[in-house]
Amino acid sequence: MKGSTVSNMTTAEVGSDGGSGPSWNPRDVSRAITSVNYLRWLLIVVVLALVAQFLSLVVSNETFQWDVVLRWLFDPSVISGLYVTLGLTVVAMVLGTAIGLVLAICRLSQSRAASSFAAVYIWFFRGTPMLVQLIFWYNMATIFPQLSISIPFGPTLINWETNAIITPLTAAIVGLALNEAAYMAEVIRGGLLSVDPGQSETAQAFGMTRSRALWRIIIPQAMRSIVPPTGNQLISMIKGTSLVSVIAMNDLLYSVQAVYNRTFEIIPLLMVAVIWYLVITSILNVGQTFIERYYARGERNNQMRGPQEVAMPVEEAR
Amino acid sequence: MNMTAPISQSVRSPVLVRARNVHKSYGQHEVLKGIDLDVRVGETIVILGPSGSGKSTFLRCINHLETMQGGSIVVGDEQVGYQMRGGKLYRASPGVMARQRKDIGMVFQQFNLYPHLTVLQNITEAPIGVHGEKRAEAEAYARALLERVGLSEKESAYPRQLSGGQQQRVAIARALAIKPKLMLFDEPTSALDPELVGEVLATMRDLATQGLTMIVVTHEIGFAKEAADRVIFMDDGKIVEEGSPEQVLVNPTQPRTRAFLNRFI
Repeated sequence: MKGSTVSNMTTAEVGSDGGSGPSWNPRDVSRAITSVNYLRWLLIVVVLALVAQFLSLVVSNETFQWDVVLRWLFDPSVISGLYVTLGLTVVAMVLGTAIGLVLAICRLSQSRAASSFAAVYIWFFRGTPMLVQLIFWYNMATIFPQLSISIPFGPTLINWETNAIITPLTAAIVGLALNEAAYMAEVIRGGLLSVDPGQSETAQAFGMTRSRALWRIIIPQAMRSIVPPTGNQLISMIKGTSLVSVIAMNDLLYSVQAVYNRTFEIIPLLMVAVIWYLVITSILNVGQTFIERYYARGERNNQMRGPQEVAMPVEEAR
Repeated sequence: MNMTAPISQSVRSPVLVRARNVHKSYGQHEVLKGIDLDVRVGETIVILGPSGSGKSTFLRCINHLETMQGGSIVVGDEQVGYQMRGGKLYRASPGVMARQRKDIGMVFQQFNLYPHLTVLQNITEAPIGVHGEKRAEAEAYARALLERVGLSEKESAYPRQLSGGQQQRVAIARALAIKPKLMLFDEPTSALDPELVGEVLATMRDLATQGLTMIVVTHEIGFAKEAADRVIFMDDGKIVEEGSPEQVLVNPTQPRTRAFLNRFI
């Protein structure tokens, strides 16, 4: 395995007068041999056996009905559900991140009003179940039949019927985005706090405005600790969109449910959904690796790094 | 040495920094107990003193990185952090403060380079983003400055790939890039390994002879002797002694100055 040191042995020998002689050192570490770790090999065998057993159970089990899975996997209704899931995820995530950024900045702002507003927002949207929030948004019309833009306690400027605005689609987007914003606010706040305070002080000393310092200096550095948890958020958002099936949004889960409600092939159709969710999250994992590598530029040794390594900020020796 | 020439020059030159009765405290603890200082255009001032004497704090009050509780510091015709309007003094808005700081360069103890930007981008960031210079001009000037600090070949390196001494020289180039009227050095060699101190001090000595107005907080007595027009010795939040390097470093009159200098012999 790690026996590449063997090749170094010859060069080491050439370096020291031809190998033998008075300078021959039996303790030279370049000659060290890695002994075989039998326990590790045993572990590999056991794991492989378990995986093979599990796979054969899954494949041979009649209830999975793999022919049915295959038949529905690329069915137009499933694919259109997949598009709804992806679309919802992207829109809700983009909106959620944008609102989350504003909330994070408010939360860290010196203005008491802004930081309390953000704190209360985060407290509320993190503190209540997503499912409940979605149902509330969907049933907005029963609480507020009319929506209007007006001066608080003053005249009304524009007025709409709630039912005309809050469709399943808008309820889903608003519900997912506002909920996501609360979580993203905390993720972004954590990232901003992780940047050395000396950086914003320097930007200040050079006459940068606060917003420019934020965009050019602080946020790019915060990205290194924002990206990994955002990957988590994105993945839970993809799966979170399955909740919108309760408000009759025909996302991926809803569209397979629609099929198995007719055909009663529950397990194979759920497998269809599972396969698609896994495909999407796998693609995202790859994307995340590339983004992390981009933001790791300027690190002393930015070769490929595992996500775990990036998640733990390395204390830089100065 | 040729120390007398810059002094006689700067005596005639106008005052750039005028500090009057500067008071600063952290809660109950008084750090600055009334500092008065005039710095003339072209002068190199070195502020010495034991740690905790308030010298760094005073330096950071000049560009309002620290808020002071009393007195005034005027740089050129700006009082950084404040504005006179109709005979009344107002606290400046962040936008105004940013504009007031545009002509003051600063070099920090911990370098504080932007780690996500290359050396060249570090230097051009403020000229392009704050002073509105064209990219091509800013980059040309940045390259000239890099040559001056002897780091031409490092322009596309990232700060963490450089040694401490190289980083600090880049930080000096970055501060010079805004064509400052005044340069503040906050213990620029204190975070460096001993063998890297020399290269940074050499760069600073060059600047001093070129007539840049500099205020340097440092522990480097040698630098004070060679490069300073005037040495200020601070202790316990006050200026204890000030004068030419010979006066303060060779023939100090105050016992506290003598006690401090004895530790370096």
